Amino acid sequence: MIDFPILSIMTFLPLAGVLVILATIRGDDEIADRNTKYVALYTSLFTLAFGVFMYVNFDGSSAEFQFVERSSWLKPFGIGYHMGVDGISMFFVLLSVMLTPICIISAWDAIKKRVKEFMIAFLVLESFMIGTFCALDAVLFYVFFEGVLIPMFLIIGVWGGPRRVYSSYKFFLYTLLGSVLMLVGLLVLFAQTGTTDIPTLMANPVATNLQYWLWLAFFASFAVKMPMWPVHTWLPDAHVEAPTAGSVILAGVLLKMGGYGFLRFSLPMFPEASAYFTDLVFWLSVIAIIYTSLIALVQEDMKKLIAYSSVAHMGFVTLGIFSVTTQGLEGAVFQMLSHGLISGALFLCVGVVYDRLHTRELSRYGGIVSNMPRYATIFMILMLGSVGLPGTSGFVGEFLILMGTFQADTVIATLAATGVVLGAAYMLMLYRKVVFGPRENRDALSMPDLNKREFYILLPLVALTLWLGVFPTMITDKIAPSIAKLVNDYETHLVQAGLMEPESKIQLAQLEMQKAGENN
Amino acid sequence: MVDFNLVPLLPEIFLAITAMGLLIVGAFHGNESTRAICWASAIGVVVTGFILLGLDWNERHVLNNMFVFDQFSGLMKVIILLGVLASLALSVRYIIQEGIERFEYPILLLFAGIGMMIMVSANNMLSLYMGLELQSLSLYVLAAIHRNSSKSAEAGIKYFILGALSSGLLLFGISLIYGFTGSVDFDVIGRSLMSVETIPQGVTFGLVLILAALAFKISAVPFHMWTPDVYQGAPTSVTAFFAMVPKIAAMGLLMRLLLDPFAAAFDQWMQIIYFVSLMSMIVGGFAALVQEDIKRLLAYSSIGNMGYALIGLVAGTAEGAGAVILYLFIYMIMTAGTFAVVMCMRRNGMAVYKISDLSGLSKNSPVLAYVLLVLMFSMSGIPPMAGFFGKLVVFNAAVDQGYYILATLGVITSVIAAYYYLRIVKVMFFDDAVDAFDKELPLARRVVMLFSVVFVLCFVFKPSPFMSMSLSAADSLFSNAAIMSAPAGDDAQSLEPAAG
Repeated sequence: MIDFPILSIMTFLPLAGVLVILATIRGDDEIADRNTKYVALYTSLFTLAFGVFMYVNFDGSSAEFQFVERSSWLKPFGIGYHMGVDGISMFFVLLSVMLTPICIISAWDAIKKRVKEFMIAFLVLESFMIGTFCALDAVLFYVFFEGVLIPMFLIIGVWGGPRRVYSSYKFFLYTLLGSVLMLVGLLVLFAQTGTTDIPTLMANPVATNLQYWLWLAFFASFAVKMPMWPVHTWLPDAHVEAPTAGSVILAGVLLKMGGYGFLRFSLPMFPEASAYFTDLVFWLSVIAIIYTSLIALVQEDMKKLIAYSSVAHMGFVTLGIFSVTTQGLEGAVFQMLSHGLISGALFLCVGVVYDRLHTRELSRYGGIVSNMPRYATIFMILMLGSVGLPGTSGFVGEFLILMGTFQADTVIATLAATGVVLGAAYMLMLYRKVVFGPRENRDALSMPDLNKREFYILLPLVALTLWLGVFPTMITDKIAPSIAKLVNDYETHLVQAGLMEPESKIQLAQLEMQKAGENN
Repeated sequence: MVDFNLVPLLPEIFLAITAMGLLIVGAFHGNESTRAICWASAIGVVVTGFILLGLDWNERHVLNNMFVFDQFSGLMKVIILLGVLASLALSVRYIIQEGIERFEYPILLLFAGIGMMIMVSANNMLSLYMGLELQSLSLYVLAAIHRNSSKSAEAGIKYFILGALSSGLLLFGISLIYGFTGSVDFDVIGRSLMSVETIPQGVTFGLVLILAALAFKISAVPFHMWTPDVYQGAPTSVTAFFAMVPKIAAMGLLMRLLLDPFAAAFDQWMQIIYFVSLMSMIVGGFAALVQEDIKRLLAYSSIGNMGYALIGLVAGTAEGAGAVILYLFIYMIMTAGTFAVVMCMRRNGMAVYKISDLSGLSKNSPVLAYVLLVLMFSMSGIPPMAGFFGKLVVFNAAVDQGYYILATLGVITSVIAAYYYLRIVKVMFFDDAVDAFDKELPLARRVVMLFSVVFVLCFVFKPSPFMSMSLSAADSLFSNAAIMSAPAGDDAQSLEPAAG
């Protein structure tokens, strides 16, 4: 095992990179900009190296938190600095450290003004993202979770498109409103239990009548972040206006914070409330899947289309999470990771053609398969991954989720399955209009194919999409113990509250026997 | 308990002697000596601070129980002195730039400082009133110190008339309290209120009047009307001082008054503070949305901030009082930095105040823009900045006592407030650049900015010393206070023999 604080190092390494940039690089000429980019890139690559090291040393057979660090922080309140990862959060940390260097490279030439500030914003963002997934104290979690807003607000607002001001405000205020309600919930939780330590809270849910209110408070935050219908409207705006790298990180990691929050807070801490509100979440998710898929069908803007598809995919994730079955939860986590890779890569693909033609309108493209064959191939794999074709990672997630949801609610699962068809419809339409279609736009047909840089940043994402599609156990094996524990604890609490059928009481008896066996 | 020892008063005495000595120097040398007097005053404040730190911080009552020195007043005085020091540092160059280089200026700041130090140490209605008036009279003059500017004169007059009215209310309230309890001594008032079953109507009435007067001093809604006008009219260095220090002193006074002698009337004053706090947050949030002048915007922001601070007082616990102290301290540091930037808003030697004047500041003067960026995010309470922890502790204190609705409305207004803080960031970073500001950036201003930003950014790494300090100061406020409402039952009775 590792005997140094790897999670803190990963969290604060990007900030150290920021300090290096601030301390050593002066001026804003080309040389300074290039140095800044290299410092940012190497910092993020170092962080990635630590991430890989963490993955290798992670004990996949355990459901416990690993690499745990504790020290005092807000001492008078007994709130500590507590970090650690389990099977679920470890992969989100990996996703964050993997996408950041890709974003930095993708912005290499695309960002021309205020390069230094852009790189600083990205490193700060990376630090907060890692912190969010590693934090095992609710207040610490909140600090990172909400801190993310600052760099993202600036990334959209400074480097974004024409309506960037409106979009950045909308993004910031929507998410902030959700978050502050969670803060109140958090304080109530603290007042009732006297602790903000996440593992402690997970093990000891609060009184049932309080759970409903707290669940709603946390739901306000995570549903906006996710985003769920009807509070999803900030996402298309933010995506359209954000620079490519911003969209990638937004779709790739920031949306996952909502799902992670459900897994880390809502289900284990408020099990009875979660059971009570399951139908609400199911219906919101189904509406999100069908409604946003239909909206995606009529979009003219490539980024908007992918943004709406993100909302639909996140609808699947919430279904999986609140089905609270092993398959559903594994599928939800898998789908989040896979969506992080695929939608991130899709936004990069949009960025590639946007850099050449400076438009995202579908009608301005068409027939580019002849002049951009490599691009067409990569785009196709990603598109099919997003559709959920077997052999890509998208399939595994969706299939597991539908399987889990089917056990929980047949009607919902059936309705959600129509979303898969609609998903295929809008993604194939997107692909046809951009890559095939009539060869009418001369400027689109004269675009050069992917350059080396673009090819090599897309390559790992495409490779992972395929690799995880045929070999999903690489992830599912490591998350399985944590998921199993989550489901087990959840059912145990429900049984104790008398909300569950006898058949699962047998499970409870088994569980108790197991525990007794371990003690002996 | 009566003690004629003057040692706990040493800081005030030293500062008063310094101020009067400098007054004589100024009278002989005229306005040319302003700069020297400013720096001498700053040194005087620092020395006073060291004297204060050198004192024994255990609770002492002196001057016939009119003056109390304990951890609470000690900490508040340190904060006040820091604020005065920052104001002096911000003023030195500014008053020269604005042509209001009068030697009385730094001396008035010192006198106001002495008044405030007496306020937070007052243990008697009379010493309270004296401290408050010493402070107020200095402030009236400061607001109007720009004699050639009609706006400054207007601000001074407005502040004076309304201030005089509030002093009148205060005196009327005090006389009612005196009539119904038979004393102006805090301890006696506290004991006599503790010994009665129900609080007499007259006392409640007097309390309302006193609260109205103090709400005026901290510019809480509905007694906030003067704030935007005075903030706008007064010279910016004076506005900075108004925004930082007098409010802290008045809040300190309010805390001692409500949590010590009027602890038994918790149910009465809690409703008032609840209402005032809520309204301040709402009005501060909404009214600031439409402001075009940065000083008016900061005025409404300060109104809102007082609302948040009062939440901690509503809780009525030591934890809440500690939260208020921490909140005010963080607020003061953020305000100092913000005003340091506002003072740099000058074009061709003329000060400008429109928010739109900040357009594209990030291109012209990136340092100023980044300082203001950090401070604005901190003001809106976004972690990991210090401002978030200020809000966290006050909301925590409220939630801890079950004030869920107040806390929820509080966080919602903080989102509204975030909008106008973001607007400043937006103007600086997203809008196209206009003409650059004058490049001049005096050393003192730079130091204030640096200190403020470093504090705001680094607070997250080591928050506990500040939290423990504010909590233990608040505890000292409760040690001699009658026990608060919630656990009133047993403890209140055990106190009664002492009352008899």
